[in-house]
Amino acid sequence: MEMYRSHVMICRGTGCTSSNSEQIVKNFEELIKKHGLDNEVVVERTGCFGLCALGPIVIIYPEASFYSLVKPEDVEEIVNEHLIKGRVVKRLLYAETVENDTIKSIDEVDFYKKQVRVALRNCGVINPENIDEYIAFDGYKALEKVLTSMTPAEVIDTIKRSGLKGRGGGGFPTGTKWEFAAKSQADQKYVLCNADEGDPGAFMDRSVLEGDPHAVIEAMTIAAFAIGASQGYVYVRAEYPIAVKRLAIAISQAREYGLLGQNIMDTGFNFDLEIRLGAGAFVCGEETALIASIEGERGMPRPRPPFPAVKGLFGKPTLLNNVETYANITQIINNGAEWFASMGTEKSKGTKVFALGGKINNTGLVEIPMGTTMREVIFEIGGGIPNGKKYKAAQTGGPSGGCIPMEHIDVPIDYDNLIALGSMMGSGGLIVMDEDNCMVDIARFFLDFTVDESCGKCTPCREGTKRMLEILDRIVEGKGKDGDIERLESLANNIKNSALCGLGQTAPNPVLSTLKYFRDEYEAHINEKRCPAGVCQGLAKYTIIADKCKGCGICAKQCPVTAISGKAKTPYLIANDKCAKCGVCLEKCPFGAIIKA
Amino acid sequence: MKSLKELEEIRKKTLETINIRKDRTGTRVVVGMATCGIAAGARPVLMSIMDEVKKNNLADVVVAQTGCIGMCRFEPIVEVYKPGEEKVTYVKVTAAKALRIMNEHVMQGKVVDEYTIGAEEK
Repeated sequence: MEMYRSHVMICRGTGCTSSNSEQIVKNFEELIKKHGLDNEVVVERTGCFGLCALGPIVIIYPEASFYSLVKPEDVEEIVNEHLIKGRVVKRLLYAETVENDTIKSIDEVDFYKKQVRVALRNCGVINPENIDEYIAFDGYKALEKVLTSMTPAEVIDTIKRSGLKGRGGGGFPTGTKWEFAAKSQADQKYVLCNADEGDPGAFMDRSVLEGDPHAVIEAMTIAAFAIGASQGYVYVRAEYPIAVKRLAIAISQAREYGLLGQNIMDTGFNFDLEIRLGAGAFVCGEETALIASIEGERGMPRPRPPFPAVKGLFGKPTLLNNVETYANITQIINNGAEWFASMGTEKSKGTKVFALGGKINNTGLVEIPMGTTMREVIFEIGGGIPNGKKYKAAQTGGPSGGCIPMEHIDVPIDYDNLIALGSMMGSGGLIVMDEDNCMVDIARFFLDFTVDESCGKCTPCREGTKRMLEILDRIVEGKGKDGDIERLESLANNIKNSALCGLGQTAPNPVLSTLKYFRDEYEAHINEKRCPAGVCQGLAKYTIIADKCKGCGICAKQCPVTAISGKAKTPYLIANDKCAKCGVCLEKCPFGAIIKA
Repeated sequence: MKSLKELEEIRKKTLETINIRKDRTGTRVVVGMATCGIAAGARPVLMSIMDEVKKNNLADVVVAQTGCIGMCRFEPIVEVYKPGEEKVTYVKVTAAKALRIMNEHVMQGKVVDEYTIGAEEK
């Protein structure tokens, strides 16, 4: 690779790509060539920088200038000013990096200052389609260390001592899982990677695969050595085309370098890796369903035991970890178990990636040490709630988790604390709700998702969640009855105790946790037929203000259920028993005379 | 298949070229490249500095540009920032002078006094 004085790093993760970063790459390449800078300046396509809300993002080194919301037409100015004359284009910099007219380095910005990037260390720093760049930042060094100087037992011991727990949701100690798989005797074992990221709002696994695919490949090879496997599969959803493409490129480059395949690093160890595409069923993130899907069966869970470590893929002992879990492995091997265990809380070690979404300024990916408080994540790193609105709650763990209300916002984030609050770590989706969100509606949204994704194998999940959804539908439509809350609670507890797999067992969580913290909102819906946040259409009441109404009759003409009547030039009236609460009248009234309450 | 030695070579060679993305602790050599600097011949100076970095595999040296600092009559200007040391400003630099600055100051730590702004202003 040539030496260049400037490196232009352009995000080609899914977020920035969908806001046209490929065109930005092309413009840079063209203009750099035109000005004869192509032997001084290099343009690289990288993975996600995390600050997706401000994409497309371009970072230029060595200054580490952080350009945000770049448009293809801005490229000319950046090339002329920054690359030719060395003058940073301040107006395009991420506003947070410019303070009192001086430019701060990105590491000092609130969004990055508190982050510790272990799993995301290479995302946005390397070109993921170039194995040499991964190797440069100590890539495949951990594999070399493992294959040339460690025994499988030593590897497992290191992972155990690090305290790493599964990052996909379950939070099971990773080293113990490896030990179980290693102890099972068989002629063939498998190592799997769960990249079937299904939580609405979570996209850290996608970002790791897009930005640093070799980290997963290297870690899976290490895991294979530790448990004695020779074949691995990455199960990734087909909805992630960029991740799939980059992973495929990375696998073929690793094979070319002899880092996958026969006799790896000339040590006699064999391991190869293949990709299996999932069709996007949420339940396939459950380990036994995922295994069934790889086998070519319908993706449905089966009872455990036997656990996959004993009887997994094709009936053989199988180790399954999530993408983010694997992304930590090489760092633990390189820096030692003690280094990893020095981060985090007593029982939850290391860092966790969260995908910030919902009502938050800095939508994106952040990686924080365990034990950071929700307040720091949302108000410092995440930049708080837009438009000066008030924080109401944050949903962690997606459709399997629960919400964290204001009174618990200072709780340090770790596995046990979140469970104690009635939520869970989950895969790390974090959806922020403000005062305009109706918590009943939120619970309904997540339950609607699980009803849709229920595989139908066991009755509690198939029928139970459906009945719960019917009750919630009724409540948000203003037809809630006395006893609905109790019915929801009893159904929820029954489903939790009797469903077959994690999907069903956790499906009632959003309802239970909103009931725990926002019971008053449920009661307002049922007893007063009122939605405090003004979200639920079915509970909305439309009224015409007589003083403002000019009697034009437009509303009556637009009303699909002829609920509005009146005489021209005199105030009109809405018949509430007929009104379908569609809101068309409010939209169409030229005088703003209709209000929703 | 790559041997472990070959992998280490790839690691070292690539790191030299991409280390500027992570390491912010090494020496920074900054060339004034505004209109005044370019007109006075800053580009050949920049190229000769980059050549030296390449030739000597100076992984911890970052070459950067900057705009006009208001002393156009002294252009081309080259500034050398070494960690923990005062900034040294060289003026009226040529490609040949740049070579000496790289060899003596950047690599051996000996400031080339006669090219500095202090010497010029005497």
